[in-house]
Parts: sequence; C-alpha cells; structure tokens
Amino acid sequence: MTTALPLLLDAALCALILGAALATVAGRGVFRAVVFFITYGLALSIAWVRLGAVDVALAEAAIGAGLTGVLLLAAHGRLRRLRAAGDPGTGAAAWPAALAGAGLTGALIWAWFALPLPEDPGPALAGAMPHAGVGNPVTAVLLNFRAWDTLLESIVLLAALLGVWMLTRRQDWHAPPGLAQHTASGGVMAGFGRVLPPIGLMVGVWLVWAGAEGTGGAFQGGTVLAGVALLVFMAGLPPPPRISAPGLRLALVAGPAVFLMAGLAGAVLAGGFLTVPPALAKPVIVTIEVALALSIAVTLALMVIGPPEGEASHGQR
Amino acid sequence: MAELALPALTMILTMILTGAGLFFFLAGSAGLIRFPDLFSRLHALTKADNLGLGLIALGVALQAETWAQVGRLALIWVLALLAAGSVALLVAGGALAEGTARGRHRP
Repeated sequence: MTTALPLLLDAALCALILGAALATVAGRGVFRAVVFFITYGLALSIAWVRLGAVDVALAEAAIGAGLTGVLLLAAHGRLRRLRAAGDPGTGAAAWPAALAGAGLTGALIWAWFALPLPEDPGPALAGAMPHAGVGNPVTAVLLNFRAWDTLLESIVLLAALLGVWMLTRRQDWHAPPGLAQHTASGGVMAGFGRVLPPIGLMVGVWLVWAGAEGTGGAFQGGTVLAGVALLVFMAGLPPPPRISAPGLRLALVAGPAVFLMAGLAGAVLAGGFLTVPPALAKPVIVTIEVALALSIAVTLALMVIGPPEGEASHGQR
Repeated sequence: MAELALPALTMILTMILTGAGLFFFLAGSAGLIRFPDLFSRLHALTKADNLGLGLIALGVALQAETWAQVGRLALIWVLALLAAGSVALLVAGGALAEGTARGRHRP
C-alpha cells in the first residue's frame, strides 16, 4: 500500500500529461487547445515536483503554463477580434505543421538515444559549490558556472519584445500599449487590482531574494511581478506607460546591461568574461538577479499587453 | 502540530476532511459539466471548489509541522477564494454585457 500509492499517483500524473498533450494537439478549436495547453503545463509542473526539481516546477508553472497560456489566450482574442480565428486544425494547411511537429519529436527522440548520458554532475558540482557564492545549486549553475546561457536568454527575451513592438504602426508609436481597459471605478476588477498586487509584490520579491539560497530566482520572481503589473494595468491603476518612455526602456535593458557589465568586469579584473571571484560572488549574483528580475517582469508584462494599437482600440483619441 | 498526543486521531481527521474536500471538488466538477448555462456553472465551480479547497487545506494543516506552514496553507486558501470569486464575477459580468450567457454552450 505504502509503495504502491506513489506509483499510482505517478502513473495517473503521466496519463494526465499525455492526455492533455494529446487533447492540445488533436482537439478541434484554438481556444480548446490553449486551455488544454495550460492544463498540460500545470500537470507538468506537478511532475517536476515529483522529480524533486522544485525550481523547474516553479518556472514551468509561472512561465510555461501561466505566462505562455496568457500570451496564447491574448493571441486568440486578437484573432477573434480580427475575425480571423478560423480553425487552423483543418484542411491541407495542417499537414506541414503536423509534419514539422512530428519531425521535431522524432529528432528529439533520436537525440535522446544518440547523445551519451552525461556523467553524474553531482560530485563535481558539490566540489565547486563552496566557490559559487550562493547556496542554491540551480542558481549557482544559472548565474555563475553557466552564466553565458542565462545572459543570452535575457537578451532573447528582449528580442522577443522588440518583435512584438515591430507590429506597431508608425502613427501609434507614442500611444499606450495594448487595448484600452474599461474598468468601473469601485468595480470588481478595480478592487481585485488593489487587493492582490501587494501580496504578489511580496511573493515576487521574496522569490527573487530566496533564489540565492533556496527555491526561486529571477525568472520565477520576475514572472510573478509581471503578473502583478498586468493586474494593475488591467485594473487601469495606472494604465501601462508608453513604450517610448525612457524609464521603461531603462527597466527593459537593466538586466542584460548589468549582466554584461558584470561579465566585462570579470574579463578585466578576474581573468575571464563572466568570471566572478568567489569572495564577490554573492553580491554580484544578487545584483544581477535583482536587475534581471526587473527586466524580466517588465518585458513579460509588455509582451502580454502587446504593441500599441492606437486609434483602433483607443476610441475617441 | 505534530507534537499532538494523538497522531492517529489527527490522521483520521485529516482523511475525513480531505475526503470531504475531494467530494466537494467532484460535485463542483459534475456541476460544471452538467449544469445548463454559464451562471449556474460558475455557481457550481466557485462555491463547491472553494469549500473543497478549504476542507483539503484544513485537513493538510493538521499534518503541518510548524505554524508557518499552517499560515501558508491559510494564505493559499484565502488567495484562491479571492481569485475565484473575483474571476467568477468578471466572467459573469462579461457574459451579461455580451448577452451570450444563456444557452450558448447548451448541448
């Protein structure tokens, strides 16, 4: 009983993940696919918890299920407004997508078998941890031992937002981003938008700070903060800033800029790009994490809000 | 909480509470699937599920080792309550404004 129960739970979880994945791909309708995708992400994050990877679980729940889900829902809403939300799952147009998806899956399966199993990184990582400056091995890898990957990831996020902004028409460039939000003052949304942000702010800041020693980090905390910003914007208190505002631009590049500067300082002072002396590692990593969290939060929130849509959405302007 | 003298009793209590919580979740899900229109579905979902989550949180809180864990469970319940209630009102309000609430999803 005691050994069979976890096995039963894991089997049910696997079935849930596979079922949700299948329903996402095979079901009719964009909206249904998005809802199943979110369910899939949540089930996947529970699976990560079962595997003991709580950091990955947090990232999957916040970014994979939460933020990506909201992005997809926003895209669906935009398609519906444009009267373009046909069912892309039908007809000849579906075949290239299906083939590409199947090909990618095949390539991943091939890579899984073809690549050599990595040696257990445990002993080497445990030996290096005293020099990392932080207690959480995940943070040590992301921001110290393999900081390159994280630096490039933060720049990729920025590039994605630039891609969204490229959809802006020239005359809308100085308009507020996204659609105008019509919320009654004293209404449900206004109240919700006032009650939740203080708690969300606390949780987000805590996740960023706690990432140095325990579960958390810039990406998880930044996503929670992005959620707080979205809630405030949706409640219209205040509306999102214009994308040409200098302060906003500064917040967007703060993370990658601080990261790059720390890397260059390492190249000059410590003998290698992104090399951090162990004595300085903790303050440097925490500084990078704070700047990164700010940039991630602002970038993700603006990505969901979308490009400025000017007169089409802002009525009488 | 674990230092309570009757671990077996708290375990039984936990099972009863989480079991009752699961029952309310089941009832809420059944309502979501079976009820005919958006408003009664929202009603089933928010009321039954909030009660179910509260009972499960209460049952799990009996197994907590520190008061901080109890506090976190309570916070989770209150936040879920707040979110579910607000979102249900927003969805219902949106459906009223659009006039699409009744019969749209009727089988």
